[in-house]
Amino acid sequence: MKFWKYLGLRLLAWAVTILIGVTFIFFIPRLFPSDPVENMIGRIQSNSGQMDPAEKEALRKSLRVQFGLEGSLWTQYTSFLWKGMLHFDFGPSLMSFPTPVGDILMTYLPYTVGLSLTTTILAWIIGNFIGLLAGFRKNKRASKILEGIAICIYPIPYFIVALILQVIFAFLLGWFPLQATIIQSADFATYIASLIKASILPAVSILLLGTGWWIISMKSLSGATAEEDFVLYARYRGLSEGKIGRSYVFRNSILTQVTALAMSLGGVFNGSIMTEIIFGYPGVGTLVQKAITQSDYNMILGTITLSIIAISTCTLIADLIYPFIDPRIRYS
Amino acid sequence: MLQIDHLSASYKTIDGDVHVVQDANFTIYDNEIFGIAGESGCGKSTLLKALYDIIEFPLQVDSGRVVLSGEKGGKSFTYQTGQIRKSWWNNISYVPQAAMSVLNPITKLKSQFLDSIPEEDKKRETPQQTLQRVQQYLGALNLSPEVLEAYPFQLSGGMRQRVIIALATFMSPNVVLADEPTTALDVVVQRGILMLLMRLQKQLKNTMVLVSHDLGVHYQVTDRIGIMYSGKMMEIGKTTELFANPRHPYTQMLIGALPRVGDKSQRVGIPGSPPPLKNPPPGCRFAPRCPKATPLCSAQVPEFREISPGHFAACHLLNGEGK
Amino acid sequence: MKKFWKNASIRLKIGLIMTLFFLFVGFVIYLIPHTDPFPYVSQMNMRNLPPSWEHLLGTTSRGQDIFWMLVEAIHNSLLIGLMVAFLGTVVGVLVGLTSGFVGGTLDRVLMVVTDTFVVIPSLPVLILMTALMKGSMTVVFMALVLALFAWAWPSRQIRSMALTLKERDFIQTAWFSGEGTLQTVVTEILPFAFTWSLSNFMNATLSAIASESSLAVLGLSPANLITLGNMIQWARDFNAIMARRWLWFASPVVATVLLFVGLFMLITGYNDYLAMKRGR
Repeated sequence: MKFWKYLGLRLLAWAVTILIGVTFIFFIPRLFPSDPVENMIGRIQSNSGQMDPAEKEALRKSLRVQFGLEGSLWTQYTSFLWKGMLHFDFGPSLMSFPTPVGDILMTYLPYTVGLSLTTTILAWIIGNFIGLLAGFRKNKRASKILEGIAICIYPIPYFIVALILQVIFAFLLGWFPLQATIIQSADFATYIASLIKASILPAVSILLLGTGWWIISMKSLSGATAEEDFVLYARYRGLSEGKIGRSYVFRNSILTQVTALAMSLGGVFNGSIMTEIIFGYPGVGTLVQKAITQSDYNMILGTITLSIIAISTCTLIADLIYPFIDPRIRYS
Repeated sequence: MLQIDHLSASYKTIDGDVHVVQDANFTIYDNEIFGIAGESGCGKSTLLKALYDIIEFPLQVDSGRVVLSGEKGGKSFTYQTGQIRKSWWNNISYVPQAAMSVLNPITKLKSQFLDSIPEEDKKRETPQQTLQRVQQYLGALNLSPEVLEAYPFQLSGGMRQRVIIALATFMSPNVVLADEPTTALDVVVQRGILMLLMRLQKQLKNTMVLVSHDLGVHYQVTDRIGIMYSGKMMEIGKTTELFANPRHPYTQMLIGALPRVGDKSQRVGIPGSPPPLKNPPPGCRFAPRCPKATPLCSAQVPEFREISPGHFAACHLLNGEGK
Repeated sequence: MKKFWKNASIRLKIGLIMTLFFLFVGFVIYLIPHTDPFPYVSQMNMRNLPPSWEHLLGTTSRGQDIFWMLVEAIHNSLLIGLMVAFLGTVVGVLVGLTSGFVGGTLDRVLMVVTDTFVVIPSLPVLILMTALMKGSMTVVFMALVLALFAWAWPSRQIRSMALTLKERDFIQTAWFSGEGTLQTVVTEILPFAFTWSLSNFMNATLSAIASESSLAVLGLSPANLITLGNMIQWARDFNAIMARRWLWFASPVVATVLLFVGLFMLITGYNDYLAMKRGR
């Protein structure tokens, strides 16, 4: 019974978060002084010369419809929520008109999800393992060195790590292509090979930063856990250090890290956008960059809405998993 | 048997050493409950730590040693300070103050029992067989076997303490050390825990060392008792004898301060407060508060000697007595 | 001060020295009179110069002095970072304290909004806002936009701190001895919150500089402002990498890396220092 109440409250919070986030991004463009329609018309005019006023008016009207700017603010808002949130319909993309934004997003999304999910999970596992060793056996030399490296890598912005890797491994050493190229048309083996080749550098740069963070946080967590009474008493009970490390320190600190994993996904998403852009990896990040240079607001709005929904949902899942791994929450 | 051989221990701090145990020299025998009493801060818990060989920074043994010896499973053993930890849980075990936090909060109690089983036993029997033995043992202690399926936070404080005692005695250790095992519990539960400890000691015929600030607890439970004051052992004797005929002025005042049924006279406390352990006074540490102190008392440390058979004290006033 | 230095860990010391170095470059060396490095120089013989006493780090392919560009970039990046951190911390502390002490419906509403800002990924929203202003971005506007995501986390932390503080004895005592809510907050809680806010302030500075430079790589930072991010982006735009002009490309990159590592060491070292002080 209590679980259902918890579930209900959590689902409500999830829906409200998304609603507020989406409302926020709905109103931003409308509060800003710059008018995307006029910007677009200006751009078209500068590319293909002046148009006559009637033509311009017709274009303006059709653009207002495409951008969802027709009607009262309230009509715009409800139709944005109705179409965008429930049907993932963000109107046509303006850079590859008239393909819907949703369709384009769906071809780019799997690359981003694949890249960031794999690297996040790998980083979480590797980082927590090293962090546990560093925190639980503070005096070990290797763990100290690894922590030092983590501290020197983690604070660097994603795109800088990506740039450095790109310069060293793609430009100077030439081991990888400067820009990721994934061969779509060829047979499956070629496709996979090119995908892997294109993914290695982006993956390594996300992995480096992610692992760094998990090492640092797990180190301080397990260091604190190692000083708890139950660890001390486990030692007085004559348990082996390995046993204490595994069943007492690790199991208690990893609980926090599960929640932290969900909380970190927003940052990982930001990071993978930047990494993709540097390497030209064909994911959502590169798509966003294209959308910016071509002022494709529908595309930008669609991407943001999708990312807000995705990240909130991941957080929700982590919160729902938590009671299953922590008996104290489950039984109280 | 635990022999404490001129043991001195101190805490290292930035501002200097704090001498918490000073020249403790006595023996705790097999098949007895030995109590250590004293005000808080007198070093009784530290002494217990030293007995259990928990010598970790900032605690340090300055001189002397503790020797743990006995016989288990037909084999005799001797360990001294620095080696005693090898025999933890097998020959000597430790019951901490009743607290929520001494058991792993997220695993069931059965797995915490299994954690303590040594490798040899794990090879000999399956976990199910071990758990069956644990269940029998809990049954013998009037504990429901269902607690094995519970998490620590699901038990009451008293129940948790019983389980910890069961955990500490399941391997039938020769010596069980208990540090204020009932302090955080309410009186009714306290009594149950003490009865459990006494029954266990009778069953196992082993040594139990009980540290408590509560003289009432000592009176009910212990066979012999040692009174500590400011890091020094002041008097050791049979509990009944010590309560009936305390010899050291400190013990006399301590026992004199106890309330008695039917006695309505005003209780007098001991005036003053214990000396700082950092810079203890020369001579007897109790001298500044002792009403019977002589100039000798604040000049020379009194020897801890046997003043009558089985009764030890450290006081110049008792010099003429015993050997 | 002497005692602080004695108790500080190596990490804290290194972080402090590195951060002070950047503050020195950005706010003291910056004051030395120099020609504006931003405009392109028309004389061909001023372009692509190697390092010399006149141009410590050489010049770009547009004849700009790299050393002074770097100094101005550090100045502007730090300025944006500090502005954002200041705004974010002030708003965050105010919202957090209000939420924690007033409680009730207001608390719940504020917390839902705060949680939303913690959860939603900041970069896409920043991209949207700056993309809308493309071409007409200013420093102040940039700082305001970045501050939008800098207040939520401190507000959440300060709220939970306020909730625990509310129950502490000294607050209760202040309360019952007749001090008003505002007075209690000012005299009893702000000093307590301050030590924590300092570490958060440095954190916010770091992430604001990171966000600004990310936006710069997307071409969304004010185009006429020399920041670390813009400097890196310009080096990429003008093919400094392909031309193997390493000083041009590497100097902003190395400066950024050192600034971030230094600030981060300062933050974690300071937190450890606080934890150690509390432990005593």
